[in-house]
Amino acid sequence: MAGSSTGNGPLQLHVPEPSVRPGDQPDFSSVKIPQAGTVERPPVDVDPRDIRDLAFSIIRVLNRKGEAVGPWAGSLTDEELRDGLRDMMTLRAFDARMQTAQRQGKTSFYMQHMGEEAVSCAFRKAMEPGDMNFPTYRQAGLLIAGGYPMVDMMNQIYSNEADPLKGRQLPIMYSSKEHGFFSISGNLGTQFIQAVGWAMASAIKRDTRIAAGWIGDGSTAESDFHAALVFASTYQAPVVLNIVNNQWAISTFQGIARGGSGTFAARGLGFGLPSLRVDGNDYLAVHAVAKWAVERARRNLGPTLVEYVTYRVGAHSTSDDPSAYRAKTESDAWPLGDPVIRLKNHLIVKGLWSDERHKQAEAEVMDSVIAAQKEAESHGTLHSGGKPSTRDMFEGVYETMPPHLRRQRQEAGV
Amino acid sequence: MPRMTMIEAIRSAMDVSMERDDDVVVFGEDVGYFGGVFRCTAGLQQKYGKTRCFDTPISELGIVGAAIGMAAYGLRPCIEIQFADYVYPAFDQIASEAARIRYRSNGQFTCPIVIRMPTGGGIFGGQTHSQSPEALFTHVSGLKVVVPSNPVDAKGLLIAAIEDPDPVIFLEPKRLYNGPFDGHHDKPVTPWSKHALGEVPEGHFTVPLGKAEVRRAGAELTVLAYGTMTYVSEAAAADTGIDAEIIDLKTLLPLDLETIVASVSKTGRCVIVHEATLTSGFGAELAALVQKHCFYHLEAPITRVTGWDTPYPHAQEWDYFPGPARVGRAMIETMEG
Repeated sequence: MAGSSTGNGPLQLHVPEPSVRPGDQPDFSSVKIPQAGTVERPPVDVDPRDIRDLAFSIIRVLNRKGEAVGPWAGSLTDEELRDGLRDMMTLRAFDARMQTAQRQGKTSFYMQHMGEEAVSCAFRKAMEPGDMNFPTYRQAGLLIAGGYPMVDMMNQIYSNEADPLKGRQLPIMYSSKEHGFFSISGNLGTQFIQAVGWAMASAIKRDTRIAAGWIGDGSTAESDFHAALVFASTYQAPVVLNIVNNQWAISTFQGIARGGSGTFAARGLGFGLPSLRVDGNDYLAVHAVAKWAVERARRNLGPTLVEYVTYRVGAHSTSDDPSAYRAKTESDAWPLGDPVIRLKNHLIVKGLWSDERHKQAEAEVMDSVIAAQKEAESHGTLHSGGKPSTRDMFEGVYETMPPHLRRQRQEAGV
Repeated sequence: MPRMTMIEAIRSAMDVSMERDDDVVVFGEDVGYFGGVFRCTAGLQQKYGKTRCFDTPISELGIVGAAIGMAAYGLRPCIEIQFADYVYPAFDQIASEAARIRYRSNGQFTCPIVIRMPTGGGIFGGQTHSQSPEALFTHVSGLKVVVPSNPVDAKGLLIAAIEDPDPVIFLEPKRLYNGPFDGHHDKPVTPWSKHALGEVPEGHFTVPLGKAEVRRAGAELTVLAYGTMTYVSEAAAADTGIDAEIIDLKTLLPLDLETIVASVSKTGRCVIVHEATLTSGFGAELAALVQKHCFYHLEAPITRVTGWDTPYPHAQEWDYFPGPARVGRAMIETMEG
């Protein structure tokens, strides 16, 4: 325990450890899960000081029976719920195909979303055209749910001749200004303060558009996170600051970044930000909280910090093997379940869905992913077929190519 | 024509730019109400309002990171880092983000920001108010790096930097803010009001980035310098009587290689002077380029005169600073070499 006394002996450094390691029995009893529907829904213009408890609870809508309950329920129509399920299923199928494509050597690297699909898919539906996300590498649901063409995502993953980013970026580091998706950086945390800057600019220009920043539990330890919170707080920027707590930062359990603060959401309290925790595997809860936070930003009520409590079921990336640092069955023991199954069950309870329709939808979704993949592969994959030109490598460093780059391009013979 | 100090010229550049373009915003530590610790932004908040010129928390990474986000939105932030020595917390935002956003997004997002910072020593600022970190930035593809040496250039280059579509590191030699300091620290400095380069047009004009200028034409030897060192080199030429051609580089990246090559090809001798430390300094890049492009014209080894490879000291400031005596000795040796 932090601060535990060892009497008058020498000092002892505290290094947190997860309670479970490979070979141990998974145990999430320390994750306190309130019953669905029990957390209040304050008005969006609430005084942040009056809702400090929301940083320590978990807002949940779907109960164990698959019913939507409590004050946060009701933000989505039946049609929107079906669309949400399809978005998450699409992202999951997309991940499966691209994970395999990486194993087949068609690209160098991939990062999947398994278990976290609800977070980005539902959040996207709370935003308006023109709003801007500053995402991390695990929010492709923002693109899928926003209707960005899967074939363009795959072209980027394959770094092929149709790659919208001309082969310059690591696979999955997408960028689409048109779809409100800022260019992803591999330097963790940098985008969080940039999101605040974008939102400040929107306020400076008396615009109506808002921004959303994204960060993982591990990267909240970066200084960029703290700079983002202080700037957001000082200038009351119209921004939603999202922390996706998927329990693991590659091999490092979330306790290393969280330290003694109790929750990641609680980091916002010292900055005077309304700080909420939400069940990240509950599509309805994510959407309701996102909508609440987006509305606050849009109504000039300032920033909101949201922690999505979820679990990274898969490996960090295709370069990672989680069996080396966490119990193999840990994801089965995760108490918040699977976001796809939970929304599917809810639709069945509502009479809007069935197992049969689900199977059929799975097949349709997979067909559409495979069709996109075929089209993308017709433009090449990383090591075969069409690829961006070597000449492209020298373009776009500056708007106008300076003389030294022209000389180097000549030297390269392109 | 009005006369301005370098501070007034820099302020005028921001004033003119803010007047012409609503997207230009100015912010940094102590920059708003007070007008900056060197007064470069004095009056801008009163004139343009506090949403276009404002104080920030003490977070250099926050200042640069926010500016990058604003630029992605479509603004043109011109931000101040209080001393170049303080820029390091923002290095990731500059080197990995600002410099690469155009490239990595294939032009969907760009980063037209200017990061101003006072640089160099000569003010008894000790190791945290005296550094010259230009080489850390010239090593980053995607950045432009500018070092003005006088009021008229400072204004024209700063306006050009603000209007430039890419990120510009704008290093202001703080020892030049009030006059052309030539390294003779025991003598009074002529104020800009009595110097030809203190004559600065009132309104809008630009001095192009990427162009050097011959400050003193000469036949015997070329000196490559920028910022404060252009005056130190002029003093050294006067003290030694060597007919040196002194080139003020003004922009380090992209570099005006043409002007350098033309001069060294003519004189056959080259001395490089900068205040920053020697090892892996920008002088190393200049020396490599000169030997590559002027090898058959060279009559002596290329020599560098720089700050020593130590932290910038306090009491020993004038032992550290590459003054006219050291530069003069290097010029004599190069003539003999």
